[in-house]
Amino acid sequence: MIRSFYIAAKDLKAEFRTKQMLNSMFIFSLLVLVVFSVSFGDFLGDAEKVEKLAPGVLWIAFTFAGMLGLSRTFVMETENGCLEALMLCPVDRGAIYTGKILSNLAIVFLMEAVTLPFFIILFNYSLGIGTLFLLLLIFFLGTFGFIAVGTLLSALTLGTRTRELLLPVLLLPVLLPVLIPAVEATAGVLAGNSIGNLVPEIRLLAVYDLVFFVISHLVFEYVVSD
Amino acid sequence: MENAVSIRELSKVFGKTPVLKALDLDLRKGEFAVIFGPNGAGKTTLLKLISTLIEPTAGSVFVSGFNITEEPEKVRKEIGMLSHDSYLYGDLTAKENLHFFGKMYGIDGQELEKRILQLLKEVGLVTKADERVSTFSRGMKQRLSIARALLHRPSLLLLDEPYTGLDPGASLVFENLLKSPEFQGSTKLMVSHDLERGFALCNRLLILDKGKFVYDGFKTNFSGFQEFREKCGSMLA
Repeated sequence: MIRSFYIAAKDLKAEFRTKQMLNSMFIFSLLVLVVFSVSFGDFLGDAEKVEKLAPGVLWIAFTFAGMLGLSRTFVMETENGCLEALMLCPVDRGAIYTGKILSNLAIVFLMEAVTLPFFIILFNYSLGIGTLFLLLLIFFLGTFGFIAVGTLLSALTLGTRTRELLLPVLLLPVLLPVLIPAVEATAGVLAGNSIGNLVPEIRLLAVYDLVFFVISHLVFEYVVSD
Repeated sequence: MENAVSIRELSKVFGKTPVLKALDLDLRKGEFAVIFGPNGAGKTTLLKLISTLIEPTAGSVFVSGFNITEEPEKVRKEIGMLSHDSYLYGDLTAKENLHFFGKMYGIDGQELEKRILQLLKEVGLVTKADERVSTFSRGMKQRLSIARALLHRPSLLLLDEPYTGLDPGASLVFENLLKSPEFQGSTKLMVSHDLERGFALCNRLLILDKGKFVYDGFKTNFSGFQEFREKCGSMLA
C-alpha cells in the first residue's frame, strides 16, 4: 500500500509542477457551468427549475472535465518507457492501479472543490456548512466510482491511436450506474434533504465504488500486460 | 552453485508467430553474457521474459532460484534493467527520479540518500541533481538512467542496447561502473548490435537467430575480436 502512495505522490508532484491537467480541467468545467447558466438565464430565478437542472449540469461539468484528466493519466508513463519501469518494480501491479487512483482522485476532487463555489454563484445557491459536507461526500462517492473505472479504461486504451476518442465512448455507458444516483443525490442535497433521505443513493454509489474498484484492481494486471 | 538465470524449453508466441523456440540457457553468477543476433531474432523478447514484463507461452525461467511466473516480485527485486528508453520522468528532477525508484525498491532513509549521492557522483550528474530531467541532453538522461538501474544493487543486470544514444563520455562512465567492484559480482546479460563493444565487455557470447541460439561459447575460444567476426559473422547476417 505504501508504494501506491509513492506513485500517487510522484504523480501529484509532477502535476503540481506543470498544472497541465488541473488547469485544463478547471477551465473546461468552468466553461460548461458558464455556458449552461447563460443558456438557462431565464430559469435561474425559478428555484424549482434550477433544482431540476443544476445537479445534472454540475455532473456534466465534472464528468467531461474529469475525462480530460483521465485520458492523460498514463501518458506521462508512456514517455521514456516509464510504465515499463514501473512494471519492473517489485510491486504487485494492483499497487500501480491504486497509486493511479489516488492521484487521479486527488486531482479530480480538487477540480470539483474549486468548481463548486462558481456553481453556487452562477446558479444562485446558498448552502450551509452541513449541506456543503454532505455535498462533498456525494462528490467523493461519485468521483471514486468514476475514477475507479476511468483509470482502468485509460490504461486499456493506452496502446490505441484513438485514445482520446475511445475513452469517452467506452467510459460513459459504464458510468451511467454511478452518474444517475450521483445526480439524484446531489439534487437531494441541494433541495435540503438530510442524509437519512439519501441512503438509497449513497448505498448504490458505495456498492458501485466497491465492486468496480475490486474488479478493476484484479484485472489491471492483464490490461497492462502485452 | 545456483545459477543466476536458468531457462528451460522457453517458448514465446505472439498471435501465430513463434518468436522464441524452446530455448535453454544457464547463466552462472558473475557471468557477463552478450546476445547478438539480427533484427527480429527475439533478443528483446527474451529480456522482457526474464524481467517478468511478459509471460512465456511455454517453458520456465528462474532468476536467482525464483520462478518468474510464480514469484515475479522477488525476481524483479533481483533485476536492474537498462534499456534504450531512459525510464525517467521528465517533470521530476534527477534526484526526485532516483528517490522515487529507490523507494519503490524498498530503499529508504539515509541508505537511499547515500546511494543517490554516490551514483550521481559516479555518473557525473551531482551538480544537476536538482534540475528537471526534461532539460537534460540525451547523454545525460542515459547516464542518469544507468544510476537508476544500479540504485537497488541488482544481482542481475539486463542491458538492452545500452549504447543507444550514449555519447563517448557516457559510454566510458557506463563501462567503468560495470567494472567497478560494486557491480563486478553481478551477472550481466546484454543485447547488442555493437559486436566490438559487446565482445570487449563480455566473457560469454550467444547468437540468437529466428528464436533459437545458433551459437553459445566463451570469449576465450577466440584469439580476439577479428577471429570471432570471421567465424561467427555469417550467423549475424
